[in-house]
Amino acid sequence: MAVTTMIGAKIHRREDPRLVSGEGRYVDDFTRPGTIFLSVVRSPYAHARIKSMDVTQATKAPGVVAVYTHKDFAKVLSGTMPVTPSFVAEKKQNPPRFPIADKEVVYQGEPVAVVLAETKYQASDAGNMIDVDYEQLPAVMDLEKALEENSPKVHSGASDNVGWDLTYIPDDAAVMKEADVVVKQRILQQRLAPTSMETRGVLAEYSKPDGTLTVWMSSQSPHFVRLFLAGAMGIPETRIRVISPDVGGGFGAKISPYSEDWLVPAAAKLTGRPVKWIESRTESLQTTTHGRGQIFDVEAGVKKDGTLVFMKVTQYLDAGAYLGTFSAFQSCACLLAGGAYNWKHVSSRTVGVLTNRVPTDPYRGAGRPEATHLCERMIDLLADGIKMDPAALRRKNFISEFPHQNHFGLTFDSGNYEKALAMALEMVGYEKLRHEQEEGRKKGRYLGIGLSSWIEICGFGPSAGTAPATGGIALVESAQVRVFPTGSVAVYVGTHSHGQGHDTTFPQIVADTLGVPYDMIEMRHGDTAEGPAFGYGTYGSRSLAVGGMAVHKASKKVVDKARKLAAHVFEAAEEDVVFDQGHFYVKGSPDKRKAFGEIAFAAYGAGLPEGMEQGLEAVAYFDPPNFVWPFGTHVAVVEVDTETGDVDLKRYIAVDDCGNIINPMIVDGQVHGGVAQGIAQALYEEVVYDDESGQLKTGSLVDYLVPTANEFPEFELGRTITPSPTNELGVKGIGEAGTIASSVAVINAVCDALRPLGIKHVDMPASPDRVWKMIHNARNASHDGHDGKEARK
Amino acid sequence: MIPAAFEYARAASIDEAAKLLDKYGEDAKVLAGGHSLIPLMRLRLAQPSALVDINGIKGLDYIKVEGSKVHVGALTRHVEIQNSDAIKDKLPILAEVAGEVGDNQVRNMGTIGGVVAHADAAGDYPTIALILDADIVTNKRSIPAKDFFKDLFTTPLAANEIVTEVVFPVADGPHKYIKFRRRLFDWAIVGAAAQKMNGGWRIGLTNVGPTPVRAKAVEEALHKGAKPEEASQHASDGLNPSGDLRASPEYKKHLARVLTRRAIEQSA
Ligand SMILES: Cc1cc2nc3c(=O)[nH]c(=O)nc-3n(C[C@H](O)[C@H](O)[C@H](O)COP(=O)(O)OP(=O)(O)OC[C@H]3O[C@@H](n4cnc5c(N)ncnc54)[C@H](O)[C@@H]3O)c2cc1C
Repeated sequence: MAVTTMIGAKIHRREDPRLVSGEGRYVDDFTRPGTIFLSVVRSPYAHARIKSMDVTQATKAPGVVAVYTHKDFAKVLSGTMPVTPSFVAEKKQNPPRFPIADKEVVYQGEPVAVVLAETKYQASDAGNMIDVDYEQLPAVMDLEKALEENSPKVHSGASDNVGWDLTYIPDDAAVMKEADVVVKQRILQQRLAPTSMETRGVLAEYSKPDGTLTVWMSSQSPHFVRLFLAGAMGIPETRIRVISPDVGGGFGAKISPYSEDWLVPAAAKLTGRPVKWIESRTESLQTTTHGRGQIFDVEAGVKKDGTLVFMKVTQYLDAGAYLGTFSAFQSCACLLAGGAYNWKHVSSRTVGVLTNRVPTDPYRGAGRPEATHLCERMIDLLADGIKMDPAALRRKNFISEFPHQNHFGLTFDSGNYEKALAMALEMVGYEKLRHEQEEGRKKGRYLGIGLSSWIEICGFGPSAGTAPATGGIALVESAQVRVFPTGSVAVYVGTHSHGQGHDTTFPQIVADTLGVPYDMIEMRHGDTAEGPAFGYGTYGSRSLAVGGMAVHKASKKVVDKARKLAAHVFEAAEEDVVFDQGHFYVKGSPDKRKAFGEIAFAAYGAGLPEGMEQGLEAVAYFDPPNFVWPFGTHVAVVEVDTETGDVDLKRYIAVDDCGNIINPMIVDGQVHGGVAQGIAQALYEEVVYDDESGQLKTGSLVDYLVPTANEFPEFELGRTITPSPTNELGVKGIGEAGTIASSVAVINAVCDALRPLGIKHVDMPASPDRVWKMIHNARNASHDGHDGKEARK
Repeated sequence: MIPAAFEYARAASIDEAAKLLDKYGEDAKVLAGGHSLIPLMRLRLAQPSALVDINGIKGLDYIKVEGSKVHVGALTRHVEIQNSDAIKDKLPILAEVAGEVGDNQVRNMGTIGGVVAHADAAGDYPTIALILDADIVTNKRSIPAKDFFKDLFTTPLAANEIVTEVVFPVADGPHKYIKFRRRLFDWAIVGAAAQKMNGGWRIGLTNVGPTPVRAKAVEEALHKGAKPEEASQHASDGLNPSGDLRASPEYKKHLARVLTRRAIEQSA
């Protein structure tokens, strides 16, 4: 076995020089001869009937090639946008969705027509000339109102707005009675816009003579795009090539297919010209799927001595106007609500609700940030309820034996929760900080310390669990390793790197397995015309634990063949051949060695062993036996300016455990980005619609507050390593961890700061006006002598 | 995010710019730093028929101290005001404010002439111009700041009138501008300015109404000897701010009081 040199090495991302110097190639950087531009005309209303549409003027506008509406697309597209079972096998209502509206529009931004013109300016101008006569219908924007019996219906003619309603485990009244202290809390998860730096975009070219379709698309999973397009357009997969070149971020919002993903290729087929559409930022905020958008009603009980008893969760999920392809994935919040702890009983129910908003779908963490947020919030409330230190309550109830099966039948593979907590507390200086907090309060300074001991399910996933969830395709992963005669290696993978650094980490694995220099390894992904027949894409922190393993497995197949050949060359028995750091030799005579490259060359020559074929390459599919379960503890330290409600995030400590590490620098980078996105939810971001008009109010980055590096303190990172028993590399995932952990660390800190004022819970985003209002109300209440007496000290 | 079609012409002098504006008529607009105008055009909230680019006009970016006045040319960029020794010496509050406008890109492109002409309620210089009794000078006349900021995005400028400079009095006493915002590059949710001048206080507020506000009631209370804490209670007198996604009217009024007190207390 080769001595490990590259795995674990802190080397720079080799894709970065290209990306940071503006040499990246994104969809909009590609062009084909004769390309025309598509502009989408969208519904300005949340709910309306299309009475008529007049396109005559637009058709005559300068440069316009065609104007298409529903009836044109109905000729080349069939079926409806896919909705998978995910974690809810049976839906109560699944309104069929065609990529373009026909008679009724159900959210602002839904496509009603497209214009194709020689330039994007002409397309955009002509789009404004289409005259649509709408009859506005009552819209329902609010999830709770949508559940009321006499609420307007999102789809005319529907009997209610319920997409699904599933109880995973019912309550156990007897267990609930065992608790000494019970707390109830409603916890809001505001809608978020994923806001990747590169918006969505599609370029499609249809070749009539040979019936082939080539699509360049900013996507996280090009093979799934090909699969869906094959179905929608009736073109065999063999004639569709999807290329996702450099992709400037996805965050989960580039997994599911979108209207434009179908309309652009269809328009290319209809016009016979290459067609390009690039989403504007406003379109992105309006029509790219949103994340979160949930309300949790939670109740939890504890014994006086700190033993956790029960947790009861009801999730109301704002699905939007149609069910997203994976919207019910977010119901996994219900399955993970118990977090890192032993509870006697956990019960949960998920309700998916339709509203006249753009659909929601997975967004970085998808269900797991929500689970962590509700669980860690409840732990703090319970600690407060029994006057126990929140760190002590966590320590007392941590799951400590692995593998551990939770109430919902999921098996946590490995963990050491206490160790991560201890490290985080030490890094932050917990005891000293608590003392400072105490002293500060006397002087009117409101410091808060917030903990988040998070766990995560990721690495999707075992075929047995995932095939039913997608409706048939198991989420395994594939890789192909090809060794060329001179010993250069090309690796083709089915995952897709859009910020994760696979161009660096996967070759690190191959370099160690094959013993060839890292620089001789070429990484290829994102082109369905290359590599194995199917790839599954990147999401759910799966690429390393599943895709990296496929790479490892394919590399080992190559080594196995090379070893056989080496034995033949040495005229030795196979088991006597040693492979070490890129060289083969016969046990006992290391001086007579042959480099891997020499054997590769021989593999293309004559005189191979009996029955051996020429060439040196292998394909592998890896089906993991389980999910992987990263974990850790994060700590946020805030100071609240109680006069303005401003929250100052002073420190942020993240201790994460993702098993063995391939490249520590990349792990740190993933944590940084993830933490930033969770803090963004805690303090800044929120999608806001006007409840009356149904208009999106956060339609630009002036109003949708994506924070920048300026708004964050230096993150202090720590790490424990508990290898995963699920795969040979011992790795887990780290792509979503930061986001999963961080929103609640910050909110727990804010609540901790405000506790002396009698404030127990703060919803997100904890913006200054919201926090000020709460403080203002708490103080007024204490003036009236009701509550929060401490505040007057 | 694609602007409607427009004509474009680049002027080499103020006269030429005025002539071009006359030629293109009412719907033409001056283009300075473009950092307010172009975003509005991309959102199609503004659809000018023509842009008259004044960036090629020589001698419109200057900072000159003449006697008791500081002259700032209309094309002077925020970054130049922020870094000017003359401004730091004679009008330090303006350098402080300039350093707080937007981010580097905005400060490298945006101009003082553009800010005053645009008259955004959240613009920072207008507040300073107002409380210091600055004059806005155009190719036709000079307009006192108190008569210039009439309403939201509304000034007395005629369609072919071009701002050439803003003239401030020297003010080198204790001062502070506090800008309350979410992100470093954001516009003010509320801003408060305090400037000690000629033995009295000048107090101003940003983004608490359609125009900048001079908080005369606070100034008078301070003049009568009230402590900052008491005087600042008057900062919200007569205000009727509109609410937005970041702040309710009530919260803005509260911030006006708190930030005014802090600006006075922190003046140095
Ligand atoms: C992200 C961002 C953040 C910002 N934050 C702030 C902030 O915090 N505070 C702040 O004050 N500003 C802020 N701005 C605005 C910035 O300061 C602009 O530069 C400024 O408002 C306009 O100046 P400009 O030179 O870019 O003018 P332009 O955008 O070119 O023009 C603006 C308007 O003024 C007119 N105009 C320009 N110059 C003249 C002239 N000489 N004579 C007559 N009319 C003229 C134009 O016709 C147009 O109507 C921000 C901008 C951005 C993009």
